[in-house]
Amino acid sequence: MLEWRLKAYRIWQTMEEPDWAHVHYPEIDFQAVSYYSAPKSLEDRPKSLDEVDPDLIETYNKLGIPLHEQEMLAGVAVDAVFDSVSVVTTFREKLEEAGVIFCPISEAVHRFPDLVKKYIGSVVPQRDNYYAALNSAVFSDGSFVYIPKGVRCPMELSTYFRINQMNTGQFERTLIIADEGSHVSYLEGCTAPQRDENQLHAAVVELIALDNAEIKYSTVQNWYPGDENGKGGIYNFVTKRGICHTRAKISWTQVETGSAVTWKYPSCILKGDHSVGEFYSVALTNNYQQADTGTKMIHLGKNTKSTIISKGISAGHSQNAYRGLVRMGSSAAGARNYTQCDSLLIGDRCGAHTFPYIESAHPSAIVEHEATTSKVSDDQMFLCQQRGLDAEKAVSMIVNGFCREVFKQLPMEFAVEAGKLLEVSLEGSVG
Amino acid sequence: MLTIKDLCASVEDKEIIKKLSLDVKPGEIHAIMGPNGAGKSTLGNVLAGRPGYEATSGSIEFKGQDLLELDPEIRAREGLFLAFQYPVEIPGVSNMELLKAAVDARRSHAGQSELSAIDFMKMAREACKAVGLDQSFLKRGVNEGFSGGEKKRNEIMQMMLMEPSLCILDETDSGLDIDALQVVAKGVNAMRADDRSFIVVTHYQRLLDYIVPDFVHVLANGRIVKSGDKSLALELEAKGYSWLEDEVA
Repeated sequence: MLEWRLKAYRIWQTMEEPDWAHVHYPEIDFQAVSYYSAPKSLEDRPKSLDEVDPDLIETYNKLGIPLHEQEMLAGVAVDAVFDSVSVVTTFREKLEEAGVIFCPISEAVHRFPDLVKKYIGSVVPQRDNYYAALNSAVFSDGSFVYIPKGVRCPMELSTYFRINQMNTGQFERTLIIADEGSHVSYLEGCTAPQRDENQLHAAVVELIALDNAEIKYSTVQNWYPGDENGKGGIYNFVTKRGICHTRAKISWTQVETGSAVTWKYPSCILKGDHSVGEFYSVALTNNYQQADTGTKMIHLGKNTKSTIISKGISAGHSQNAYRGLVRMGSSAAGARNYTQCDSLLIGDRCGAHTFPYIESAHPSAIVEHEATTSKVSDDQMFLCQQRGLDAEKAVSMIVNGFCREVFKQLPMEFAVEAGKLLEVSLEGSVG
Repeated sequence: MLTIKDLCASVEDKEIIKKLSLDVKPGEIHAIMGPNGAGKSTLGNVLAGRPGYEATSGSIEFKGQDLLELDPEIRAREGLFLAFQYPVEIPGVSNMELLKAAVDARRSHAGQSELSAIDFMKMAREACKAVGLDQSFLKRGVNEGFSGGEKKRNEIMQMMLMEPSLCILDETDSGLDIDALQVVAKGVNAMRADDRSFIVVTHYQRLLDYIVPDFVHVLANGRIVKSGDKSLALELEAKGYSWLEDEVA
């Protein structure tokens, strides 16, 4: 592992920071970044919610997060947190019964070295890109999942359940392996803004769906977006990619509302014949946030299918870009893609951009791309207000409607929270 | 219910309503007729508080309050309802979702508790039935892919659920076939009550065969040039509007 990391570090040193994305930010001093932050010692943590930033608490309340969960999210060191330990334990037992492995990747390196060695870097190699190389060199922890052959994971796996390991640092590495014919749904992130002083997040997620397996990966990302003047906030540079073997399916669903700068393209390599890739995305930017997000669907196998539904919402002074690549390889006979890319603008100082790349090397491949740009119209607003809704409620309802196609891909309780999150994120966007 | 005194109103700095006065008492139905461009729709929009429709002078009193001081959503919660001439589509937001939020907003403003989802569904289904819309319309996006007639029926369905004190129908009859017209009229007639008033804006007399008004006002060039009972509508039908404009001139 050490050698693998050192190799990544040497590669990273030879690489240059990419500048093609439609985002602008001051140069990052990579020497100044802290690469390992151990979980805070109990003495350093806030002793109770009274010591936590009241803005944060207010947001938790708006999202309807129960008190003990608020404490966990804010990193409060109280015994109440351990109420949930029993939940975690029953959860673990149930998974073990099914043969599912779900543990921190640091633990997996020791307990399952063969699996880790075989698959880590197999989808996102060290030299893949600047941030992936950096992550490979310095990642401190993350999640590891293995679903054995033919097993349908008995519950949604969520990072939420390892919340006590939340302060594991900004370079997360996630590896999910779904063996032949297995099925897993994985939820990442949390709808609450986390107490987090880190500036740079460069995570890597690798998914491996072996023959006939299915992985559904849902993300709700709400890192600190910076204040209303664009000060502060997280840089979120993430590499997420999955590989589908024969008749396998990978489905990415993401709701991105946080971070000052987002640079993220969850992608699928459709290697096996008849494999399926899906990407459903809602990206909302407000104030001075910038997002450059989308997907790559690389069709290699015959009769592979992909669907891309992207909904971008821009408000305030924000910039929101969709960037997507659909590549039909020379072996991808009968491959199909459908892309729908919609942008919604709120106000007249924000921007929406679409950068679709389509490459087709097979005459029988079919690629469809639809795109729309619209504004929340005065007529829609007035209709809602004439029915008694105030302006903020009206906007959030219209925006939620715009995102419906994506939200219905999310697990039920996540969908409800995602709706509320949009509401909170849009606050102050109508004057 | 509603007292308009010497109202002047502009749209994009152009004066459309010129010194209009109108008194609507509880339980009354007033029809506003007039040629194209007379300011009929402007009146409805000013009453509802649509942005861009500005009252420049005069006063409007609604249920004892200064209407012009209230935000559009407060006017709605106080019981002022505008059935739109051109109902707009809101993709992805179900009719049901909008209506539940609307009814809840009105109820909580009046100090009542929110309706349970079950009670609301029951009411909504009945309202659908009353205007001849299939229940599936509740689940569809607001006006999304509705025909012209369906949009108008949907407006009346919303009106029934909101239980307003003052209903303003802005050319609800335009684009309706005779069957739909009768359905709409039936819905309105069923809602007639001693404590509820209607302002029916229409270009044609036809609607007034089904919704019988207490008063008919002719609006021309931004003011009411003639008022009368329902027979005035018939006279207009026979003679057109030009004789009135001549008379005023």
